[in-house]
Amino acid sequence: MSEKTLIDVNALMQAIPYARYLGITVDQRGNEITTVLHFSQHLIGNPVLPALHGGAIGAFLETTAIAQLAFEFAAGDASAAALPKPIGLTIDYLRSGRPMDTYGRAEITKQGRRVATVRAEAWQDDRSRPIATAHGHFLLQAADDAPAS
Amino acid sequence: MSNPDFTPEHIAMMKDLLIEHVPHAKAIGMTVEDAKRGEAWLSVPYSEKLIGNPETGVIHGGVITSLLDNACGIAVQLALAERQSIATLDLRIDYMKPATPKLGLMAHTHCYKVTKNIAFVRGTAYHTDEDDPIAACVGTFMLAANRAIPVPVAAEAIKILARNKDSAA
Repeated sequence: MSEKTLIDVNALMQAIPYARYLGITVDQRGNEITTVLHFSQHLIGNPVLPALHGGAIGAFLETTAIAQLAFEFAAGDASAAALPKPIGLTIDYLRSGRPMDTYGRAEITKQGRRVATVRAEAWQDDRSRPIATAHGHFLLQAADDAPAS
Repeated sequence: MSNPDFTPEHIAMMKDLLIEHVPHAKAIGMTVEDAKRGEAWLSVPYSEKLIGNPETGVIHGGVITSLLDNACGIAVQLALAERQSIATLDLRIDYMKPATPKLGLMAHTHCYKVTKNIAFVRGTAYHTDEDDPIAACVGTFMLAANRAIPVPVAAEAIKILARNKDSAA
């Protein structure tokens, strides 16, 4: 990892229209990244509480996992087209997401040749109190692999 | 699609009720297409801002997550006998194939079991043919999840159901 040229994951994420629409940026410090879901009114799912939409949180965790995979495995010529694709994602909703910025971190638990297993978590003001966690499998797009899409 | 629980007028009413009060659902253009007791059909139109892969134009997986999560929640609300607030406990999504660019998404969800505390839901996302799914999901929802007054949509939907039942009796 230390010998590798780090890619600009934030730039990569900004190339994805939906990540931009949700308001996701990537904060890159050395060899670590934290994703940020900037609060905005259109992320609200329950205006009474108010709480973030579960789908928005799910999409954020998925993007966090993809960002981590891209950060660790993408080569210098990383383009949004070669991003890993989700195969399955399980989201556990632990607390309601309050109307404020949300942070995300992901950890690759196993990387195979074709599939990687990733865990991700999202929190707001206290990292020890995550609002949601997810684990998922992602299809890695090897150069010799014809993409399905 | 004929169903015993809702007339087209009721469904037209539900479209507003179930989506208008959910900013995120409204923002990505979600619409209730059809509904019956414990089941919901929702759509999201194709839009540039929902793209996950700028080179192929394929919609982001997160959009499918939002659609299925919301459609599951609505199916649960439509399965409940009385007014309750609900919260997603977990949601598992399997992605079978990428969405086809330029095509809108549909989701059909079914709340097949309600217990005292938990509701169980499953659903699929597709373009036009439910037997050719883009993604499938299973989820669980906690009932009476928080102390806040439930979003009025659930209560309204139940009222519609009750009214419809009375008129059918």
